[in-house]
Amino acid sequence: MAEPLLRTRDLSVHFGGVKAVNNVNFTLAERELRCLIGPNGAGKSTFFKMLTGQLEPSHGEVLFRGQDISRAHAHQIARLGIGIKTQVPSVFDGLSVRENIHLGVSRLHSGERARRLVDEMLERIGLRDAADHVVGQLAHGQRQWVELGLVLSTDPQLILLDEPAAGMTHEEVHKTAELVREINRTKALIVVEHDMQFIRMIAKQVTVFNRGSVLVEDAVENILRNPLVRDIYLGKQAAA
Amino acid sequence: MSGRSLNLVGLVLVGVIGLAFMFLTPRLAELDTVLDLTVYMIMAILALSLALIWGYGGILCFGQSAFFGLGAYTYAIAMFNIGESTLPVILAVILPAAFAALLGYFMFYGRISDVYLGVITLTVTLILFNSVNSTAGPEFHIGTARLGGFNGIPGIPPLNLPFNKSAVIDLEGMFYLATGALLLTYFGLRLLLASQFGRIIVGIRENERRAELLGYDPRAYKLVTFTIGGALAGFAGCLFANWGNFVSPTIFGLAQSAQIIIWVIVGGRGTLIGPVIGCIGIQWLSAALGANQPSGGADVWSKIFANAPLILGIILIAFVLLVPKGLVPTAADIVEFFLGRRRRRREQRGFEPQQAE
Repeated sequence: MAEPLLRTRDLSVHFGGVKAVNNVNFTLAERELRCLIGPNGAGKSTFFKMLTGQLEPSHGEVLFRGQDISRAHAHQIARLGIGIKTQVPSVFDGLSVRENIHLGVSRLHSGERARRLVDEMLERIGLRDAADHVVGQLAHGQRQWVELGLVLSTDPQLILLDEPAAGMTHEEVHKTAELVREINRTKALIVVEHDMQFIRMIAKQVTVFNRGSVLVEDAVENILRNPLVRDIYLGKQAAA
Repeated sequence: MSGRSLNLVGLVLVGVIGLAFMFLTPRLAELDTVLDLTVYMIMAILALSLALIWGYGGILCFGQSAFFGLGAYTYAIAMFNIGESTLPVILAVILPAAFAALLGYFMFYGRISDVYLGVITLTVTLILFNSVNSTAGPEFHIGTARLGGFNGIPGIPPLNLPFNKSAVIDLEGMFYLATGALLLTYFGLRLLLASQFGRIIVGIRENERRAELLGYDPRAYKLVTFTIGGALAGFAGCLFANWGNFVSPTIFGLAQSAQIIIWVIVGGRGTLIGPVIGCIGIQWLSAALGANQPSGGADVWSKIFANAPLILGIILIAFVLLVPKGLVPTAADIVEFFLGRRRRRREQRGFEPQQAE
């Protein structure tokens, strides 16, 4: 069997006595799109932090294309090809949209080619007209797009999206889903999301986190029917 | 006018005014004025060193005077031992830079938070102050150079042209050298900041975590920035030791460290010309106030105006409260405001219909 793109082995992190993430064994194939759901505090964002080197695991390991990255620095992991869009947009607020994207692109490209790629990315995230605006003054939804553009501009092989549709209008959610499917043609993604509408639009396979562990992993139709999942997570929405 | 062309106009303006100032001043001004202006130029290089590491690199260094003083002492000590200034000047840049690199390595790779970074750098310069201060006895010497404790090192031999011991640089020559060095530093830093490196350090200042997640190692970039700042401050120290032919431990003191920060605050962080203006303006003001010493029986107001630290303190507080961005960024905001208003008015009259955003 081919080596998966990403594999975690007994990945755990404990804060004092709290097991935020506990013995997670997770596998993702090349160019797979996986949704991660679970109630608040289930450990999804913490899991992302360990995958990107922002948090050192208490034990267990993270293998990216067979290489152990569980103790690597965040910038090294980024260079290996994992990009992340965080829950609260993390962008360069004092710089213009163009300068933001340029910082991403210029890690790999320079000169005329970099300028062209920046223009292409501005077009792709629909912010060409706002290119010279300072990012800190943009609306929340637009800052989400800037961050997505930043992540894409470093050309990662695996992209982690932490609640990409949060705070977006209905129209923007559709646009985001479209973009996620487009990205997925060439790259693998893990998407944390609460918006079930959005998950239906993009997902095939879903992993459910609960209390730091994987509760169940299944196709999206089965997950939505699973009574266990309804209980812990979808209860309110399913009843409504 | 676009931001880019405004930028270019600014650069040309600084170049023209700088060169005119450099070549006209010795012809028009008295020698003692030229001498005063020389030290302003030297201090402006010191201001630029902090403008880089704090204003652009986001590293709040409270002890920039450590590198300044090390540069001055290195030059003095090396000069007494070597006698010809080529190597001492190089050492006065390299030693402070190496010290900055070592200190920076522990601070940045040790992930010291911003506040502690300020405390550590301040402590370092005060340790240097105390150490050098207590070297009064004849047993404290490096080669033939006696450190002299609080009294400092007087009679430092002046600079000469490279590898030519007899071609000593005179006072007017020092003015040209200091002004030329300031202009070179300014334009050199502009180049640096326009480069890929410059964009990245500003990115790190804006959002260190994001820069990291894009694949840039903030520790390395900060270390290089800090080291360049140390080298520049050391070079300014070398020129300073030369200008007065004298160096004493007060160069490491609290007053000196605080002053550099005040120049940058008043002039404006995130600009280069701001700290230069702040530095020259405040030094000029201090000198003017100092010259205004009250004679016996002066009234209370002239006594207050003669109290330079008091006036400078009031100015600093006024700036922090009223002009927190500093002179140059605030002036830029005002210009932008009026340009924007003119543009809007033009649009209202129906010219250049623009797309709604």
